[in-house]
Amino acid sequence: MLLEVRDLHVEFHTRDGVAKAVNGVNYSVAEGETLAVLGESGSGKSVTAQAVMGILDMPPGKISSGEILFKDQDLLKLKGEERRKIRGQEMAMIFQDALSSLNPVLSVGEQIGELFTVHRGMSRKDAKAKAVELMDRVRIPAAKERVGQYPHQFSGGMRQRIMIAMALALEPSLIIADEPTTALDVTVQAQVMDLLAELQRELNMGLILITHDLGVVADVADKIAVMYAGRIVETSPVHEIYKAPAHPYTKGLLQSIPRLDQKGQELYAIKGLPPNLLRIPPGCAFNPRCPMAQDVCRTDVPPLAQVSETRQSACHFWKETLDAR
Amino acid sequence: MHADHTGRTEAAAEGEVARELLTKSRAETAFAGQEPILEVRDLVKHYPLTQGILIKKQVGAVKAVDGISFDLRAGETLGIVGESGCGKSTVARMLVNLERPTAGQIKYKGEDITTMSGRALKAVRRNIQMVFQDPYTSLNPRMTVGDIIGEPYEIHPEVAPKGDRRKKVQDLLDVVGLNPEYINRYPHQFSGGQRQRIGIARGLALQPEIIVADEPVSALDVSVQAQVVNLLDRLQSEFNLSYVFIAHDLSIVRHISDRVGVMYLGRMAEIGTDIQIYDHATHPYTQALLSAVPVPDPEARTKRDRIILAGDVPSPANPPSGCRFRTRCWKAQERCALEVPELAVPAVFRLESGPAHHDSACHFAEERVVVPPSD
Repeated sequence: MLLEVRDLHVEFHTRDGVAKAVNGVNYSVAEGETLAVLGESGSGKSVTAQAVMGILDMPPGKISSGEILFKDQDLLKLKGEERRKIRGQEMAMIFQDALSSLNPVLSVGEQIGELFTVHRGMSRKDAKAKAVELMDRVRIPAAKERVGQYPHQFSGGMRQRIMIAMALALEPSLIIADEPTTALDVTVQAQVMDLLAELQRELNMGLILITHDLGVVADVADKIAVMYAGRIVETSPVHEIYKAPAHPYTKGLLQSIPRLDQKGQELYAIKGLPPNLLRIPPGCAFNPRCPMAQDVCRTDVPPLAQVSETRQSACHFWKETLDAR
Repeated sequence: MHADHTGRTEAAAEGEVARELLTKSRAETAFAGQEPILEVRDLVKHYPLTQGILIKKQVGAVKAVDGISFDLRAGETLGIVGESGCGKSTVARMLVNLERPTAGQIKYKGEDITTMSGRALKAVRRNIQMVFQDPYTSLNPRMTVGDIIGEPYEIHPEVAPKGDRRKKVQDLLDVVGLNPEYINRYPHQFSGGQRQRIGIARGLALQPEIIVADEPVSALDVSVQAQVVNLLDRLQSEFNLSYVFIAHDLSIVRHISDRVGVMYLGRMAEIGTDIQIYDHATHPYTQALLSAVPVPDPEARTKRDRIILAGDVPSPANPPSGCRFRTRCWKAQERCALEVPELAVPAVFRLESGPAHHDSACHFAEERVVVPPSD
């Protein structure tokens, strides 16, 4: 296994108390595999990724327990220098907002090239040639002429391509993409997702795709982990989950999105709001919003039950959820 | 009904007659024959580009909106979709008179509001209200919810006399599904979805006939989006509102709209009922847009006909000649660079009575199934 996250707990110490952002997350990614982590804002999907990447702000954040095994090595036990070597060379991250992730006063060529001068000890001239090569690879037209331009001179889609070029520069074995296409228009989103999927296949990288968009997940993911209030509530290969969700939250999400191919009547809406992380409800965190909730849901935290060999669901009533289609 | 600003041909007029005989979807049957409440004709908005500091000289213009026409009838929802920079938000701002058009007309019940001022304008504005995209920046953080929703009454005191206002605001909170006791709270005490409800309540305060909603749900979480969409649906039937619903999410637009207009680079590419646009699109841009939407069904990965467009949207300061979409269109020919395609029923579909018979601004319009029907 390329990456294995085991029972990860992350909390944030704030003035109002301890916000439990991640409460025992387990997931794994193999080489060449795409794992989609799906969740709404505040579900802990980005915080988990930041912990894996080692870019969590600590304090206020704190990894209270758990293991992050990357190629069988626990990243949380590594010292700063060793950790830094893995980050950047072995794993890379693509962020949502390319404009604020790029340095506005450095040309894109310098920013891509920097990776080679710092990590590979290349000369600036060679690094620049490498930058042009990479820009070509992510299909930025006229790469040679544009290598000296600054981020603001590129369109949103092109900037996201530059981010992808930087992430790929040192040929990492794992890429974490945090909402990589959310800020882009649909037609450009399709271009960028296609490019990312193609490069992933070519380089046989593991990809963790963090998103809230069930459509994007269906298009590219192999397996999916649905998060709610800092926990994984369901994991499954992508085909099965869309056909028959085994958790009421996943089911509600799938029902609440309008469809392109039909005009429905009233949309199904999950009632209520996602919980405040300072006060996660006892028992199953989803119970106040769940149409199937019983007394046991308000007292006992449901364990991740094995639904099938490849599927898990953290619901006391996963059987009933599966059947009640 | 529609006329491109290049002028209307006889053939287009004929098509119009033919169309009036057709009754197909709800939009055509329920609203046909009704007088439009809002008529937009050849709407243009150019922002000047200037050079020089002391002596300013206009060197060009950003053609944000360049000749848009449509009608809106009472109780109807018109969806407008398009990518960023296509001018859809500028249209919204002109409809509520936040922006003065460079040319063209917006007729509310037969009267052109673009030339109005003073008392007449104030009266019209009461009837056309707006709901904004970002519920975080469109509410003043230092005002209580009651003051925010009640503020419109300061400008239009005739709607609610002073003593009545608190009660009115509480009723509005109730209507949009918020606890009326929250009247003294501040915006930061609410979640995104609740804030959007506050924005909607403010839009409803003056009992308008038309609500222009600019991306009202795109900042919200998926599970909350459905709640707000349902609320908008319910309010429409309760108060017989007309909506202009602007969004980039095609699935949500289909869900809420009776008719849909597709904009590209300041122009309307195609307009029709939801069935005509989503199931029988004839404009290549609409087809590309529809095919690019990720569908929440992994089985569709192989079934779908994906059209991946090359390149980015050109700059509206220097749009391509002829058809604006031609630089990204796989069908483009010489004619597309020379002739601006007008928004009318394309010649090939003029005699047909099927759903392909609708306005589409393309020289080479044809049907192509891009969204396979689900089973």
